[in-house]
Amino acid sequence: MAYSYGGGALLSSISLTLAPGAFYFLTGPSGAGKTTLLKLCYGDLQPTSGQVRAFGKPIQSLSRTDISYLRRRVGVVHQDCHFLDHLSVAENIALPLIVAGRDVAAESRNLIQLLKWIGLTDRADALPQELSGGERQRAALARAIIQSPDIILADEPTGNIDWEMSQRLMKLLIELNRQGKAVLIATHDLALIRAVKQQVQARVLRISEGRLHLAGADL
Amino acid sequence: MRLVRLLRAILPRDSQSDRIVPPSGFTANLTLFASGAMAFLAVFALTLSFAAGQLASRWGAELAKGATVRIIAPEDQIDAQVQATLRVLETTPGVALARHLSKEEHQALLAPWFGDGIDVSDLPVPELIEVIEADPGIDATGLRLRLAGEAPGATFDDHARWRAPLLKAAARLRGFGWLSILLIGGTMAAIITLAANAALAANAQIISVLRLVGATDGYIANAFVRRFTMRAGVGAAIGTVIGFVAVMLLPGSSESSDLLIGIRVQGWQVLVLFLVPPIAALVAFFATRFSARKVLEGLT
Repeated sequence: MAYSYGGGALLSSISLTLAPGAFYFLTGPSGAGKTTLLKLCYGDLQPTSGQVRAFGKPIQSLSRTDISYLRRRVGVVHQDCHFLDHLSVAENIALPLIVAGRDVAAESRNLIQLLKWIGLTDRADALPQELSGGERQRAALARAIIQSPDIILADEPTGNIDWEMSQRLMKLLIELNRQGKAVLIATHDLALIRAVKQQVQARVLRISEGRLHLAGADL
Repeated sequence: MRLVRLLRAILPRDSQSDRIVPPSGFTANLTLFASGAMAFLAVFALTLSFAAGQLASRWGAELAKGATVRIIAPEDQIDAQVQATLRVLETTPGVALARHLSKEEHQALLAPWFGDGIDVSDLPVPELIEVIEADPGIDATGLRLRLAGEAPGATFDDHARWRAPLLKAAARLRGFGWLSILLIGGTMAAIITLAANAALAANAQIISVLRLVGATDGYIANAFVRRFTMRAGVGAAIGTVIGFVAVMLLPGSSESSDLLIGIRVQGWQVLVLFLVPPIAALVAFFATRFSARKVLEGLT
């Protein structure tokens, strides 16, 4: 597929399959189209030519409601992890369950386990603006995975946090990947990629001049 | 039936989803105030409409059955013409009662203009005979012809001349009351639409987060619709209660002039007034629903 913006082709001849259990890094210079590619994956943007197929169905043919249902199977973590500021951390994490009409009280055990897993049990009742950068990233990850999505897309998830916290976050993603989730992480942090590659079989893709290339073994 | 299904889907309180829309902000206060003020005005418009209806009915009922014979004659003939008129009326079909008004009743009629202490016996005022019509009524043309022959100073007045414009005025007043209610409803819908638009625009980031986590546009719209419907209902309830209290504090017929008789609600009219809050909530429901759908379609 391809995607043009403002008269120019931002992405061209992109072909990528995210199979269950796959772990990909997406690298490239700023403005290369990493975020755009992620948005195309979860239906926030539509390709200008070609097709994006999600779970066997072309996204272009999906209604807005169908795209909403698609997003319940795709967990997304943004660098600027937006939260609802008037809700507590626990409520923000449970938001996908709430909008899906699921009974949060009935799933409180899962929520408590998830909070424990990301190390935010003590911060459950805090408001998002009271969290540090790392805590926000972990909360965003928890929100992305609470519905046990098939695919996790993360856009610069470690952009605002220190190295130690980045490692901790990556461990969480690796663990999810080992559970069979497909993971695609857009990042320009090569040190982080190298560290993760030592723990999991990850492929590194580079976007350059609108095309997707498999990065060399040096990564 | 479709409306009932829609309301059922949206209105039951869902404490989880209710919380996704921020609870405060100027749009909340605007909706509360606008619906309260509009409900207050609607109560007055309804009361005015009821009062106009009551006045029209009263005037119609009382005046339709009442008539007057006025006798103007030289002083030495006046008693004879009064007696002649009474005889004519006694034999006229359709007359239930014919009664010559006493000096005291004349004085009472003139009291609003001359005051209570003035003796009107020396004033050249016409003699009056009150006539109450039976059913069927009087043949006014026939009666006038008979009076012209037997009591030339007597004039039969069935009030039709001035009753018709009064009834017309009361009907128009009632119409204005209902028109005011429609305008109030329209204005409230417009204000709530603007408030909902502003709320949705101000919460664009919240909408973006909700979409990201899989919320459908219908879910987001319902959350806003529920919030605005509840706010409008609460505001309208407050406005209605204040309006109702204000109406009940208006001077009643026993305390003031006849003009105010009927500017008071009673019986089924009270129930109609208390339909204002649910109707306001319904207006808010449709206004917000329309607005939310439009805004959400425009937000990418």
